[in-house]
Amino acid sequence: MRPKTIGAKSAYVDVGGAPVTGTATTEPGQADGRSWGERHPGTVLVLLLAVLGIVAFAALMLGRYIIPPETVVAVILSSVLPIEETWSSTAASAVVNVRIPRIIAGLLVGAGLAISGASFQGMFRNPLVSSQILGVAAGAGFGAAIGILLFDSLVVVQILSFVFGLLAVGMAYGLSRVRSSTPILMLVLSGIVIASLFSALTSMVKYVADPMNKMPAIVFWLLGSLNHVSTPDLLVLGPIIAISILGLLAVRWRINVLTMGDEEARALGVNTERLKVIIILLATVITAAAVCMSGIIGWIGLVIPHMGRMLVGPDNRYLLPISVLLGGAFLIAVDTVARTAAPAEIPIGILTAIIGAPIFAILLRRNNPGW
Amino acid sequence: MRSISVEGITFSYPGRRAVFTEITLAVEEGDVYSLLGPNGTGKSTLLKCMAGLISPSQGRILLDGREITGMQPYEIARRVGFVPQTQVSPFPFRVRDIVLMGRASHLNAFATPSAKDDAIAADALAHVGISHLADRPCTAISGGEWQLVLIARAIAQRPGTLLLDEPTSHLDLGNQMRVLDVIRGLAEEGMTIVVATHFPDHALLTSSRVAILKDQRIIATGSPEEVIREDTMRQAYGTDVRIMHLGDPINRRICVPVAETFQRGVP
Repeated sequence: MRPKTIGAKSAYVDVGGAPVTGTATTEPGQADGRSWGERHPGTVLVLLLAVLGIVAFAALMLGRYIIPPETVVAVILSSVLPIEETWSSTAASAVVNVRIPRIIAGLLVGAGLAISGASFQGMFRNPLVSSQILGVAAGAGFGAAIGILLFDSLVVVQILSFVFGLLAVGMAYGLSRVRSSTPILMLVLSGIVIASLFSALTSMVKYVADPMNKMPAIVFWLLGSLNHVSTPDLLVLGPIIAISILGLLAVRWRINVLTMGDEEARALGVNTERLKVIIILLATVITAAAVCMSGIIGWIGLVIPHMGRMLVGPDNRYLLPISVLLGGAFLIAVDTVARTAAPAEIPIGILTAIIGAPIFAILLRRNNPGW
Repeated sequence: MRSISVEGITFSYPGRRAVFTEITLAVEEGDVYSLLGPNGTGKSTLLKCMAGLISPSQGRILLDGREITGMQPYEIARRVGFVPQTQVSPFPFRVRDIVLMGRASHLNAFATPSAKDDAIAADALAHVGISHLADRPCTAISGGEWQLVLIARAIAQRPGTLLLDEPTSHLDLGNQMRVLDVIRGLAEEGMTIVVATHFPDHALLTSSRVAILKDQRIIATGSPEEVIREDTMRQAYGTDVRIMHLGDPINRRICVPVAETFQRGVP
């Protein structure tokens, strides 16, 4: 084992022996710089699945009415088993009509934003990008803003939001085409151009909107919330997000190859242009669908993949499924806080950062990651 | 039959003067073909054309008799492995996962590698003698080790031909020899090899054929003895060299710069 390292990249070695979970210790004879989680990604996956279950169950109990756990279980079971009704109809309604749709929405949106972010970070070879780098959120936000300004229907707002999200990314992709290829730098710059264009247009809409009525609606919508998620939303958008997540999971190993850079990936036999289109399309559909369900929720697509990398390392074969579970659990937890912490609901877009930033700061300081 | 024939290719980046014009060379099965030439003459560009990564503006390249422009990336990658110049991954992948990427051309777009691919990657690591690095993060190994990782990745690809872009640049003397030894071993096993290098001496050590690229064209091609001469080296690099034969027990030709300006004042 030679002590020499390339440049200043050796910081990564420090990760060894400092498992993120805080409960396990490094096994002897495994001083290869990998954390416990990196050596046992399957176990981490199972543990996170359990965490997700616990968070979701807690979210069913908590709210303006606290429902005891046995009642939650009974209400859920009563839909399939003949159980005598000993609970109030308010409790049943809160669980079935309010909390379950919100939890499913939180799971889908959180998981979707996290896996899109992780995929984009791999594709752009840059851990600082999120799924919004190509302007999908800016476009979708603008679509929603004109929807709220001009129409009164939530469905129209959602359709416009979805369409403009896709349109913005389509514009960024078109702008970045150079002689039948799309260099990563051109993609990033085009994304920045399109995103600033659409945020300026959104500001314009806000400026002309009626300040008593329409403008607050636009602002609240842009801040993000799972408040207005309905069961029909879930029936339409849920499968779209779920299928796109499965699509990204299917190409997760190819994303590893793509992190070597376009040219090297092509030399290894990957059709990089096709793969990039697949990733951009799936991540954009997820993000646009998430925005039209819940408004703009930042932070998750950027930070959850980092937390995932701290747990299992950079291999997207494990990182992508881990991001799905972490993102889902995180957003359900944050949404529960949003529902319960104050008398009025707190916009979730604000909370994700207020809760996530300190957690991430602590993890960052403790683990000194090598990317 | 595994061969690459380059037929009259010209390459230019848009809006600029051609990097090289009407280059022709034939790499036959079993060759160790060295490309020499000063900085910026397009050795890397030529290798990238041969790997199908960029397309020449004129001329054509035949890979095992088939024109490369009509081939899918995976078809090319199964025949030709490309070892690029040192560039470390932005993410700390384990060495074995980097080598595993060599299997991409053998797997469909939605597959993840199987145990068989893992075994092939482990074989490739053993082949270049770095099995002990398998679980190390690739950001925490030396430049020489990284070069061997890239070669192992190309071996895992199971190509018939290997293109190496300056595999010994940036390496210390010991690592240079280690890399050259791996190249020699691969050639002995029947791999066809094309290598761009800055070291005429390395070409003398390993090659069966040599070409010198200079001023947009090939100025000499043939066996190492025919091509690496004092006059051609002077023409290529603009500096005087001596080609000498070291006797027993080394028994080989070497190429050293004369560096006469440094000898003034030495008693």
